[in-house]
Amino acid sequence: MPPATQFREVSAAEALELAASGWRILDVREQVEWNEGHIPSATLLPLADVPSRIAEVVPDRETPLLVHCAVGARSLRASAWLIQNGYTNVASLKASLLDWRRLGGAWEAPEQLLTPAQLRRYSRQVLIPEIGQAGQRKLLDAKVLLIGAGGLGSPVALYLGASGIGTIGLVDDDVVDESNLQRQVLHASDRVGMSKTESARITLNGLNPETRVVEHRERLGAENVGRLIADYDVIVDGTDNFDTRYLLNDAAVKLRKPVIHGSIYRWDGQVTTFVPFEGPCYRCMYPTQPPPELAPACDVAGVLGVLPGIAGLLQANEVFKLILGVGETLAGRLLMFDAMSTEFSEVRIWRDPACPACGEGSIQ
Amino acid sequence: MSTVRIPPVLRESVGGSRSLAAQGTTVDEVLADLFANYPALRDRVSQDGQLSPFVNVYVNEGDVRYRDGLGTAVGPDDTVILLPAMAGGAR
Repeated sequence: MPPATQFREVSAAEALELAASGWRILDVREQVEWNEGHIPSATLLPLADVPSRIAEVVPDRETPLLVHCAVGARSLRASAWLIQNGYTNVASLKASLLDWRRLGGAWEAPEQLLTPAQLRRYSRQVLIPEIGQAGQRKLLDAKVLLIGAGGLGSPVALYLGASGIGTIGLVDDDVVDESNLQRQVLHASDRVGMSKTESARITLNGLNPETRVVEHRERLGAENVGRLIADYDVIVDGTDNFDTRYLLNDAAVKLRKPVIHGSIYRWDGQVTTFVPFEGPCYRCMYPTQPPPELAPACDVAGVLGVLPGIAGLLQANEVFKLILGVGETLAGRLLMFDAMSTEFSEVRIWRDPACPACGEGSIQ
Repeated sequence: MSTVRIPPVLRESVGGSRSLAAQGTTVDEVLADLFANYPALRDRVSQDGQLSPFVNVYVNEGDVRYRDGLGTAVGPDDTVILLPAMAGGAR
């Protein structure tokens, strides 16, 4: 028999019969469409990949093939190509997949993890293969605590909130000062004198009404650190002094909370991620606390306005990877940014077996 | 000559330089050469003639604590990084 030169266009009812008689089903839609629902026995091969991958997916050119897309346009093109390239038994579903489903055709759809409003708001993130609906759900369920609603806390909170981190806790007992506004973009000129956590809540809920903003109007101390961090999944450290950083580190190690560390000084920034018992902690990196004169805060030393923006967004990026469980974090690496020369560099940091917080002598 | 990177909090002790060239084949020798030229830097990062424990020293990307300490070898193309903790953040 000479090879076929034509393919058939079939209705949904005919397609159901072909499927029942064992025809192989080829879905030429895109991965994201497949993810939203598909025929369970179908094989995904997006139209653009048909020429390069068909020989691997369907090696036998006499295999009866039922090709479908969403409404029949792409399957038509795929079928024409298949016939021209030696496939002899091809049928293209000319109807919509909705017809297939209406007639009782087999269908598998993922559980709806997001509401229609969430799907619209977060659509650009849901499109990313490493996120999808499941990843966005994780972000919405996540609770992130920001120590400080100031320079570093501002960009972190804005982007975490916009991206759909469900709960953002803010620890800060300060009020908005005019000199904050050059870099603390959470706040506003008409809120000078207002509590920073309240100002932050107004901004964050203006951007995303769905964000649950929890205000902790207190200063982190030995007496409250354990209570403050206990309910959160990830802690973002943007404090301005060593006492608080060591205090936070020790409590976070004890409660096994990852801490995203950021610090800034004039034109320089440093960012790293501490994951207790998996990587080093702050005490592994700096076992001894420096004297206060080596740690001038921004109000003494000065800081370039964009510096906390850059460092804070690098911190926010770490938060996403930790929550989504993808990529490589900065655990074990200290990233340094020099705004004057626009240079990034990094050094390795190791877990110290003798570390008083997370070393061999500590209770794990 | 190896290169020594000076962190921002210590730059005032060396006239504002971001990096300096120094001679020596070990971290100890490199720092001694540096301190001879910049006594203010030595005062800033030393205690009782020893390098203060709150200053981390790296040769390229490696912490000398996990190599040979101040005896860690330094080649002419290596970069020594002095890195005290930085605290600035929120306020």
